[in-house]
Amino acid sequence: MTESIGLILIFGGLLFDFSGCLGLIRLPDVYNRLQSSTKCVTLGTCLILLGTIFYTGLNAIGIKAILCIWFILMTSPTAAHAISRASHRAGYKLWGGSVCDQYLEDRQADQKKKVPELSVKE
Amino acid sequence: MTGCIIVLIICCFMCLYRVAFGPTPSDRIVANDILGIIVVGFCAIYTVISEKDLYMNIALAWALLSFVGTIALAKFLEGRTYDD
Repeated sequence: MTESIGLILIFGGLLFDFSGCLGLIRLPDVYNRLQSSTKCVTLGTCLILLGTIFYTGLNAIGIKAILCIWFILMTSPTAAHAISRASHRAGYKLWGGSVCDQYLEDRQADQKKKVPELSVKE
Repeated sequence: MTGCIIVLIICCFMCLYRVAFGPTPSDRIVANDILGIIVVGFCAIYTVISEKDLYMNIALAWALLSFVGTIALAKFLEGRTYDD
């Protein structure tokens, strides 16, 4: 019974992984690709690891899979945020059909208020 | 279970396509991050197939190293505007 639940979870995870990678190919922009692929692949890999726990039981493999799920759920949004912030500050343009850019508005409002930004040089 | 491995290999080649032909460096960094997370799922499925403890250790270490590499590449990309 638990092996069947594990196999269903693994197949669902594979579906999410494949759709995330398809979004990485098909979408037009850095930010769209980041949004699609990071969310879908994180959910898919966590479902695969959860299926591994259900399939093998709570032995050494299951405990390590729980650690791996916790670590991926902590680090993947952090990495996505770091990449998007870095590419926006490095000046890569948004896609032409994008509707709003609120981070740019925030940066312009900070420049109007003369908030000192963190800088490397003096 | 061999079909699962084949689907994940197809996903890896999609990421490698974006690494090779990505128009900007940000696309390459995103694809590198996604490739690291997919390899973790690959190791999990291979653990189910072989029922050995070893491959889950590899998955844990790979998740750690992929995160550190992505953060380093993102900081490198952000620091470009200051120096040039």
